[in-house]
Amino acid sequence: MDTLTGNTRVTQSPDVTSTPVELSKRTTRLTARDVTVHYGSKQALHGISIDIPDRAVTSFIGPSGCGKSTFLRCINRMNDTIEGAKVGGTIKLDGEDIYDPSLDVVELRARIGMVFQKPNPFPKSIYDNVAYGPRIHGLARSRAEMDEIVHSSLRKAGLWQEVKDRLAEPGTGLSGGQQQRLCIARAIAVSPEVILMDEPCSALDPIATAIIEELIDELRENYTIVIVTHSMQQAARVSQKTAFFHLGNLVEEGNTSDIFTNPRNKQTQDYITGRIG
Amino acid sequence: MTDVTASRPLSERTQLIRKNLRRRHMSETIFRALGLLAIIVALGFVALLFADILRKGVPAFTQSNLHLTATFDPEIIDVGPPPGRIAGQSEAEFRAASLKWQREVAMLNWNKVVEASLRALAPAGYEIAAKDLLTIPETDARHRLREMFVADPSLLGQTVKVDVLASANADNWIKGNIDRSLPDSQQQLKAPARALIDQFVSNGTISMGFAWSLLTNVDSRAAPASSGLLGALVGSLYMMLIVIVLAVPIGVAAAIYLEEFAPKSRLTDFIEVNINNLAAVPSIVFGLLGAAVFINYMHLPISAPLVGGLVLTLMTLPTIIIATRGALLGVSPALRQAALGMGASKTQMVFHHVLPVTFPSILTATIIGVAHALGETAPLLLIGMKAFVASVPATPLDQATALPVQIYLWQGNENRNFFESHTAAAIMVLLVLMIALNGIAIFLRSRLERRA
Ligand SMILES: Nc1ncnc2c1ncn2[C@@H]1O[C@H](COP(=O)(O)OP(=O)(O)OP(=O)(O)O)[C@@H](O)[C@H]1O
Ligand SMILES: [Mg+2]
Repeated sequence: MDTLTGNTRVTQSPDVTSTPVELSKRTTRLTARDVTVHYGSKQALHGISIDIPDRAVTSFIGPSGCGKSTFLRCINRMNDTIEGAKVGGTIKLDGEDIYDPSLDVVELRARIGMVFQKPNPFPKSIYDNVAYGPRIHGLARSRAEMDEIVHSSLRKAGLWQEVKDRLAEPGTGLSGGQQQRLCIARAIAVSPEVILMDEPCSALDPIATAIIEELIDELRENYTIVIVTHSMQQAARVSQKTAFFHLGNLVEEGNTSDIFTNPRNKQTQDYITGRIG
Repeated sequence: MTDVTASRPLSERTQLIRKNLRRRHMSETIFRALGLLAIIVALGFVALLFADILRKGVPAFTQSNLHLTATFDPEIIDVGPPPGRIAGQSEAEFRAASLKWQREVAMLNWNKVVEASLRALAPAGYEIAAKDLLTIPETDARHRLREMFVADPSLLGQTVKVDVLASANADNWIKGNIDRSLPDSQQQLKAPARALIDQFVSNGTISMGFAWSLLTNVDSRAAPASSGLLGALVGSLYMMLIVIVLAVPIGVAAAIYLEEFAPKSRLTDFIEVNINNLAAVPSIVFGLLGAAVFINYMHLPISAPLVGGLVLTLMTLPTIIIATRGALLGVSPALRQAALGMGASKTQMVFHHVLPVTFPSILTATIIGVAHALGETAPLLLIGMKAFVASVPATPLDQATALPVQIYLWQGNENRNFFESHTAAAIMVLLVLMIALNGIAIFLRSRLERRA
């Protein structure tokens, strides 16, 4: 994929010519089978089954309230922290059931990182924001090693140039787009295997969005990425696989190029052409 | 030039809005006026209170000092020299001998020394009975002289300058707390004593000075002019320390557990309701509880700051728990998600992220809770802290009183004229402590919030 230039790409129509990926040839990282979620008595997901490929970007699209975030939160068990949320079905990471009682969620979340819709840096210094994960998981054996992790994470997140002279300043003092990249740096500092992103660009302007999209594209080389987005263009640009959710159901999933060029389902077609949503 | 807009008729909609607008502005004006009125009334009462306390209390910070020239007359101080060390005498024997000598010194009529020095100051041949003359200095003057002599027996036969306090009655007379036109029968002091006092004041034998005794002395009934707040201050200090050491960690820990860790269940709901109820329980009930549990059951000493501190801890706990929970509740879910999403355990989330951002509010709430405890009186009365205590408590297990209780005790003293100002002065000391505590809370809060 070529590099993005400014915000021109953002306003383009869906770019379905991005690198064709033979999904079938990729190993599957995550498998979800018949996942249901109830919030109290209200059912938010009605049996979702999907395979998420390794080292590729999978995007979840669908109208507001259809359960994209809910499903994303199932993958790193953030739903555990929501009062009254009940998750059914199975989700496996490399064949291992992540809802197995013997599995430690703390370890799971070190393996599956998450970037939230609203940038939420810790009210600490930029350095400490990035160093926090490696620190609690004991990933750095020395101060120098920690410095190396922090610097390389910031570099990978494309933030290094902007913050290299102000690492001791609070992360909350950065601009929205910088904060979001800081959150990405923070997530990749622990070298997770999977990164979940819930509308990471919804609070950003087109330029910051372009930077993050470029970043996602680079991260794809090493990570399995799942992204929720409301922008069809974004899904088309950054992802290789797309899943369309509607009213708590997974309506259609497949190669991004297939979904955007010839969706099999009428609802999908209506959604991507802007008739529902 | 013609005004184009004026000529155009207002649309019906705009007229409607305008009509409404007048009503809206009206209600806003009324609300503002009411708010302003409420604040003025509240401030007015506060100002009234402070003015009254200051008016009454400030005079108590000056007191009349009597500058004596005392002669340690060997005729009166008819006692042998203090025992020296004798070779072969044991330490205990020496101490026993010293004490015996001190007892002998105490048996002497030191009032005679006081009387003689006063007569020396009065005009030659001034007619006044010894009994009346001794109403001018505070009754502890003789103790002052005796202590000086015990400390330095070589004073025998010498004449030294010594400042003693004027008596409470003399102080009242000087400050005009007593109506000077009252007939003799209603005056506390006899006419010759009153006249002599006036002379002393005019020739500088009696002068006014800052009343350090108010802060450095303990309460005293025999010598009211020398009564001070030190015992009560130390008692209050012990209790505050106990409250800080017990209520703050227990309260904050309980709040953290309830808010962050406890599963939501009937039981935790029940506990929550009861904590809220406890905060509303009148403080005197905590005093009853303290008397029953700590004194009757656990046999802790009566009137002790330890028991007072425990009772105040019980009373302060709900306040601290509720305030801390409120602060924790106010932490944005985004911060919690960020921490958990990074793989922090719940404990790490709380201690690394939630507590640091809530620390300023928890601290403020805690200081205000402690300040509240400092001013609490009712429960202390029920655990016996209203007793008259004329010593500084050395440990929290000794008998003591507390500042607000001291205010209550002085307020009830029979010598109204003198103790009215003492009471107000004690209130001022308590208020200064309160304001200082609240000031610290505000200062720390703004400091910590700026840093966060
Ligand atoms: N914490 C919660 N408690 C109760 N119901 C919830 C909760 N979170 C989500 N829901 C409900 O679950 C359904 C799915 O919500 P979800 O947040 O997953 O939607 P979404 O697809 O992410 O929407 P959006 O695009 O607006 O973010 C919605 O009907 C929502 O009301
Ligand atoms: Mg969402």
